[in-house]
This record gives sequence, structure tokens and C-alpha cells, in this order.
Amino acid sequence: MAGTAQSLAQLEKCPTGIPGLDEITAGGLPRGRPTLICGDAGSGKTILAMQFLVHGIIEYNEPGVFIAFEENAQDLATNMASLGVDVHQLCAENGLAIDWVHVDAAEIEEAGEYDLEGLFIRIQCAIQQTGARRIVLDSIEALFSTLKNQAMLRSELQRLFRWLKDQQLTAVVTGERGDGRLTRHGLEEYVADCVICLDHEVVNQVSTRHVRVIKYRGSVHGANQYPFLIGKSGFSVFPITSVGLECPAPSEQISSGISPLDTMLRGGGFFRGSTILVSGGAGTGKTSMAAHFVRAACQRGERALYFAFEESQAQIIRNMRSISVDLAPWVERGLLQFHSARPSLCGLETHLAMILAAVVEFAPRVLVLDPLSDFLTVGSHGEVKGMLTRLIDFLKMKEITALFTSLTLAEHATEQSEAGISSLIDCWLLVRNLEQNGERNRALYLLKSRGMAHSTQVREFLLTDKGVDLVDVCVSAGNVMTGSARRDYEAGQVEEALRKKEEAARREAQMQRKRRDVEAQIEALRRQLEEEERELMQSMQKVVEIDERAKAERDAMTRSRQQDMVGRSA
Amino acid sequence: MTVVDSSEMRAEEDLAESWELRLYVAGQTSKSVAAVANLHQLCDKHLKGQYRIEVIDLLRQPQLAAGDQILAVPTLVRKLPPPLRRIIGDLSNTERVLVGLDIRLASGKE
Repeated sequence: MAGTAQSLAQLEKCPTGIPGLDEITAGGLPRGRPTLICGDAGSGKTILAMQFLVHGIIEYNEPGVFIAFEENAQDLATNMASLGVDVHQLCAENGLAIDWVHVDAAEIEEAGEYDLEGLFIRIQCAIQQTGARRIVLDSIEALFSTLKNQAMLRSELQRLFRWLKDQQLTAVVTGERGDGRLTRHGLEEYVADCVICLDHEVVNQVSTRHVRVIKYRGSVHGANQYPFLIGKSGFSVFPITSVGLECPAPSEQISSGISPLDTMLRGGGFFRGSTILVSGGAGTGKTSMAAHFVRAACQRGERALYFAFEESQAQIIRNMRSISVDLAPWVERGLLQFHSARPSLCGLETHLAMILAAVVEFAPRVLVLDPLSDFLTVGSHGEVKGMLTRLIDFLKMKEITALFTSLTLAEHATEQSEAGISSLIDCWLLVRNLEQNGERNRALYLLKSRGMAHSTQVREFLLTDKGVDLVDVCVSAGNVMTGSARRDYEAGQVEEALRKKEEAARREAQMQRKRRDVEAQIEALRRQLEEEERELMQSMQKVVEIDERAKAERDAMTRSRQQDMVGRSA
Repeated sequence: MTVVDSSEMRAEEDLAESWELRLYVAGQTSKSVAAVANLHQLCDKHLKGQYRIEVIDLLRQPQLAAGDQILAVPTLVRKLPPPLRRIIGDLSNTERVLVGLDIRLASGKE
């Protein structure tokens, strides 16, 4: 078949519509060719195959045929109903045809030569009925255990796949994993264009599903093992290892919900789309900070997603009420969604897939993981870091602001234990317990905040019945004082100030008294002076009077002397 | 012997034990022709007067294939007596056909 007139046109793809799978296959399955999906029992082959058809019908207007060798149509419909797919309706609308090929070795006696034309006719019948462009054979290997004439079967299968190709049908063939081979009966020999393998890995009693494209002729494809999830909406793959560092970096700042903390962060809060880590020991108020953050987002009218790995939704809501953070109304209004699960529920990859599925479904603007450190019970540091890298990359692409909390055990090891992920974190807050004078107080350190001039001061972190508050700590003689020490110190400061004030008042009074004394003295002296002046004046007056009297007497004497002279001469 | 599409061949008497057989073929391939011939021969020999054969050509009536769960052709289906049994192949192996149809040989062997 090679060498046919083919232009340089690339292999045409047939999108599966399954989130992620189309990305790792660079567009979907090879159109017009068969694809083998192999995997162990229960690895999700049938669901994948069925979803391929259902998406084809609903999203790409390509009808499909499902040839079932294992489950009958009713069972299939029931199974798919659990994923929200109404198989009966699809069949009624002629988008889908299901043919259950019941094969039971006990019912069949072989007597002579035969071929599988009956199967061909049935398939063709179903294709004509729907006008199918897609077909699933699930799982054709069942024939190997039913029919004894294996040589005939192999040649018929070869004919079948050639025929499907001639019909330009995009086929999905499922096969169960065999010992040391992809499928038990070597289906890969017939279906050589594209092989996708599903598997199930159990590490530490925790199972993780993976999908891998083993082979894809004529197309590039992701070669890694990608985790996938079979959730409420079916099969989803998360090829997040392919995410590069090409995320946007908005400069918008969003409130942390704690206004003194916003003040520390250049007055605005965290950058949108940044990743925040709140770490601290037990009972340092990490969840409370997360609750403030979430509430602030809801108050802005943004959706918030809260993953709680230690507490249930009801527990968190009750506990946060004690610090006047009521989250219940936001849950009721659909702005806040909780997902509570124990980390040991499933593997890291599955957790990641679940988180991403929830993010895709709910489309939040902020996200909280509380606490991150619990993942260490499921995976090693390296694995957790790998998972978080992908999660953070994914969230950044979507400009979702994420707040992670992390429990640190020993106080002294705080910074070491986070070292693994600290490089991924944009803003790192550390709440530390300070033990002083027989009491424990919380202090908040803003260890880093990328891209902003932030406060470097330690604040005392208070959990009050009105919420979280930050108070400037007192620093005296090189010691940071918190709690009652701070209060003592502050009280001492007040007393000191009072004392100084009194002293000043006293001094002022003294001075006034002194001034009054001096003024009185001045007054007395002035009086004395006046007295003296008056006396001087009086004595002067007397001198004048005496003078005048003397003159008068002299005049009188003169006059009398002149009379004498007149008397003599006259 | 001629191949008759969807034809019924009725044997003379309808006895208490009646056999209803249906043979599915796809066109007139050598296997189909052989199967029809082999079946008639066998029935004449072992079920004389107690059988009814219906030959269905799936190329003409493809929609009938699913109903009787036909996978291989030729397929012989024993509709009656119950339980339903299926024999695939050109029926050249008479012994297997007899086992498949559950016909006990009254006298001796084949």
C-alpha cells in the first residue's frame, strides 16, 4: 500500500475530543487507520474507546459504530451512563450503533471451513445504518478464545483491518496486555499505525493510571507516560509535562484578605497568577490565612477552589467562623468550592489529575492547597516537586493565583524542608512560633515576594475573634518582643511617657513660680525706686522752698534797707 | 443440489420431534455451496422427515446477521429443539455436525 500517490500532506488526524489525549497525539488518532489501545483489565480501554465515539458524534458530527465482543449493549449503556453519556439517545438519533457480538465457545461447534464474513456483514450493516466514520472493536481478541481455527482467524483479521482502512474508517481496536507483548494475541501485528498503551501502577498501595503513545506512524507524539484520570466526565489526560515557561505575568495585585499583609506587599497584595506558600508549624494559622485569602477572592466576585487534605468542608467552615471568617455563604453562592480528600486516597499523579480536572471544570481565579506537605506521605520529595512544578505551570498558564500551605515539623528545619519547592514559589510567608517568657506567639516573616519591594519586617501574627491581624513587633535592645512581652514593653513605654509628661508639667510649674517670684522682686525694687525718687523729689522741693524763702527774706531785707536810704535822703 | 435463498424445504411429516434449522451463508461461495449440500445430505440421512431448513443469504439480508449472533459463515443454527446451538463451517465434518446438533445415532456409527 506504500507508494500510492501521496502529496506532502501530513497525516490527517481524527480528534478524540478527550482532554489531553489530542495534545499528546498532536491532534488525535490517525484518520482512516486503525489504532490499537492495549492495557490490563480495568485500565480504561473500553471507556476510552467509547468516549472516542461519543465525542466524534457530539463534537465532530462523525457517527460511530461500537462492535462489542465483551459487554452487551445494555451493560455498555449502563457503564457509560455513569459518565453522563446517554447511549440510548445516541443510538436513537442514529449517531451510534452498538452491535454486541456474542461469542461463546461452548455454544459453537466447528465443522469444516468457514470465514468471518458474517462479522464483516454485521459491521458493514452498522456502518451503513449510521454512516459511521469511526469504529471501535472492543475487544476483538475475544475471538481468539472462541474460534479454534487460528490461522483462519489471523488471515481474516488482516482482511478486516485492510477492509476498514479501505473504508476510510478511523478504528480503535482494544486488546488486553499479554505476557511480554502488547496484546495477548499479537494484535499489534495487524494494527501497526498507532499503538496507545494504558497502565495501572501501584506504588505504596496507591494506584496511578498512565497512558503512553508507544508508536504513531507518520506523526510526532509525546513519548512520556502521562497520568490520566477516569472521572465524572470520563477519560482525561494531563500532558502537563509539556507545559513550558511561557506563562503570562500580570502585574495586577490582589488582596491577601489581610490588609496589614497587603501593606507589607507594596500595599496591594499578591500578584495575580503568582504562587504563594504559607509555611509554618502546627497551629500557626496557615488555614486561617488561606481562609482570608479565599474570602477576599469571593468578595471580589471571583471563584475559589479549596483543596483540603486534612479537614472536611464543614470542619473548615466551623473553625473559620471562630475568627469571623464565614465561608458558608460563598459556598452557597457557588463562588467557593471545597474538595476534601485524604492524600493517601490515590497517587500523586492521580491527585494532580483530579486537581486539574476540578480546575478545568470550576475555572477558579484562586486556588488553595491545604496543606501541601501531606503529599509527602504519598510520594518522595522529588516526586512531590515534580508534581507541583507541573501543577504550578498549569495554574500560571491559566493565571490562577495559588496559595499552598505547608506544615513544617521542627522549627529549625523550616527552611530546609521547603527548599525543594521554594524555587517554584513567588511569595513565601513563614509563620513561626516564638517562645518567650513562658508563652508562645506567632510571628510572620515575609521571606520573599518576587517582583516587588516588600516589607522585610517581622510582624506579630494575631488570631483574634475578628480575624487575622498583624501587629508591628517591638524591637528593643536587639530583641523582638511579641505577646505579653510586647504588651509589657508597650505598657512600660506608656508609663515612661506619662512620667516624662508629668515631669515636664512640674518643671513648667516651677518655672512659672520662679517667674512670678522674679516679677514680684522686680515690682518691689521698682516700688523702692519710686519711693526713693519721691523722697528725692521731696527733698529737692524743700531745697527750692528754702531757697525761695531765703530769697524772699533777702528781698525783704533789701527792701527795708532801701527804705532806710530813702528816709535818710528825704 | 441447488442453493435456494431464504427458501424453505419441508420434509413430509411433521412429527413430535421436529427440527428447525437455519443456515446462514454469504453469497455463493464454495463454502456456502458445500454447506448447503452437506446439510441436506446429513438431514436426509439422520433426520428424515423431521426437519425444516431455512437458508439465509446474508448478502441479501444483512440485517439478520446480528439477530442470530452470526459471526462466521457458514453458520448452522439449531432453532428447535432447544437449546439453541450453532455450528460453524462448511459442515464437511459430519461427525462434528452431529455432535453440534446433538443427534444421537440410533444405529451404530457414521
